[in-house]
Amino acid sequence: MSAPGGNATAGGAGTRHPLLVRDRRLRRRKLVNRTMEATATLAALIAVAVLALVIASVLIKGVSAINLDFFTKEPAPFGQSGGGIANSIVGTVLLVAMASVLAVPIGILIGIHTSEFARSSVASSIRFALDILNGVPTIVTGIFVFGLLVVGHVQSGYAGAVALAIIMLPIVARSAHEVLALVPSSLREASLALGVPRWRTVLTVIVPTAVSGLITGALLAVARVAGETAPLLFTSSIASTMVSTDPSKALSSIPVRIFELSESPSPAEHAQAWAAALLLIVFVMLLNVLARSLFGRSRARIARTR
Amino acid sequence: MTSDGHTEVHTEMSQPEPQPRIAREAPAEPALAAAPDAAETPAAQGEQAREVQLQGLRAFYGHAEQVKGIDLDFKPNEVTAIIGPSGCGKSTMIRCINRMHEEIPGAHAEGRVLLDGLDVYDSSVDVVAVRRAIGMVFQKPNPFPTMSIFDNVAAGIRLTGRRRRGPELRATVERALRGAGLWDEVCDRLSEPGVGLSGGQQQRLCIARSLAVDPEVILMDEPCSALDPIATLKIEELISELKSRVTIVIVTHNMQQAARVADRTAFMLDGELVEVGPTQEIFTTPGDRRTEEYVTGKFG
Repeated sequence: MSAPGGNATAGGAGTRHPLLVRDRRLRRRKLVNRTMEATATLAALIAVAVLALVIASVLIKGVSAINLDFFTKEPAPFGQSGGGIANSIVGTVLLVAMASVLAVPIGILIGIHTSEFARSSVASSIRFALDILNGVPTIVTGIFVFGLLVVGHVQSGYAGAVALAIIMLPIVARSAHEVLALVPSSLREASLALGVPRWRTVLTVIVPTAVSGLITGALLAVARVAGETAPLLFTSSIASTMVSTDPSKALSSIPVRIFELSESPSPAEHAQAWAAALLLIVFVMLLNVLARSLFGRSRARIARTR
Repeated sequence: MTSDGHTEVHTEMSQPEPQPRIAREAPAEPALAAAPDAAETPAAQGEQAREVQLQGLRAFYGHAEQVKGIDLDFKPNEVTAIIGPSGCGKSTMIRCINRMHEEIPGAHAEGRVLLDGLDVYDSSVDVVAVRRAIGMVFQKPNPFPTMSIFDNVAAGIRLTGRRRRGPELRATVERALRGAGLWDEVCDRLSEPGVGLSGGQQQRLCIARSLAVDPEVILMDEPCSALDPIATLKIEELISELKSRVTIVIVTHNMQQAARVADRTAFMLDGELVEVGPTQEIFTTPGDRRTEEYVTGKFG
């Protein structure tokens, strides 16, 4: 508005070709455009750089402690060097497996309910509740399970798994809802119009079409809770240093073990903490890559029916 | 020919009813009540299809009335085309016939839809039985992406809980694929995915899928709108063959198509039936000025 010069140039350029008219506002717009582009690119680069730095520092500091013993041995007795985190690896695998057994079926059923059966108002309130549950700090979940299952009893792998399952549930349910909603309604109609009852349509047409997406959601939830420390501190942290597969007692876990090792005065144990962190990062990255490739396949399959 | 078409409806109703095809099994039972058993009977050529009558059919989305009271007969072994401009309620109307309309949240229908005299909205009638008796083919081919060609055709039989032995199932699938004119093209690759076929083949696969559960009536909602002219021609030939077995109602935007395949044509406008009659008559000497304007391309 306040650039009469621009107008004057445009108006007074009777001899110039209209495509060659130089406008001061246009020049400014170009500059703003370039600045914005550069800022956004920089922000994206920072995100990638942070990830690269995290991975690099963990790699540099942890790789020296990685050897066969690290994976296969139990922690060395106090004052001795060597040893590994075999008990924590086994414990994390058990905890995450038990949490998945609890959370994945229930989460997928919730997703099926909100996307296939619930009225839209009910579905959106459930999804809102899931979002809030997802936002609950994990330490709060830990204390909740502590009060529910540990007070008056002892810490146990079961309690830890329940805490992890509560964290997984909203992730699985929300992602299940999203991938089921991607299944085109034409498939639902095709099945219903054949006289197939609704529940059977869901089980035999909708869920198989979205199955890779459902697995993706479950994998991402696993990746998320594999690194959770806070919920396990109250529920499954006072654990034996022996490899244990008994969930009625507290199970060791990689994240809690990293925390313990980091508090140790010994540099060798610090290196082990970094190595354990490296193991966790690699595990989570592999899960993410797997989840992405599965989701890509799922989307391709759905796209073919569009 | 009167302008509202209702006169014809009433004269037709006085004609003798076609013999119900399941009479040999359940002579006293109305068709829908016996539908699950009736569907066990293998389809034989030249069987009598069934009559569908709409009486005061109204359809709503929430409070909006999209179909405003339609009386219309679909006669056995005839192809009836529904034409009319976009949004006039054609699709909504045929989706009321197999009760698919009520699957849309907030939608409901009023009035009666009689299949050989029994109201599909009657409280004694199960919606699943309605959809087994009245099949549907959609605008876009929609084979199940997780299933092979064979499984797509077998889906309706398997998923509606009917036990069939292997050889019997294979025979049913073959009959359905032959009925849809697809057998020769796919007989050596039945285990390949259904979505690997071309668009026209997919649509014939969908027709085979609906034929496999042995319906009495097939509703087609613009079945060729996503297909090229050659695939369209094949579907149209198929429709002419199928009418010896089933009653066919086809919604189409393509007036040449209506002229080619339909015995009778109904013209709808703003949720109302303007006129229905023999296709030839609707296209050459329509009784209503609006019909004439539409079929001659003055609007729509």
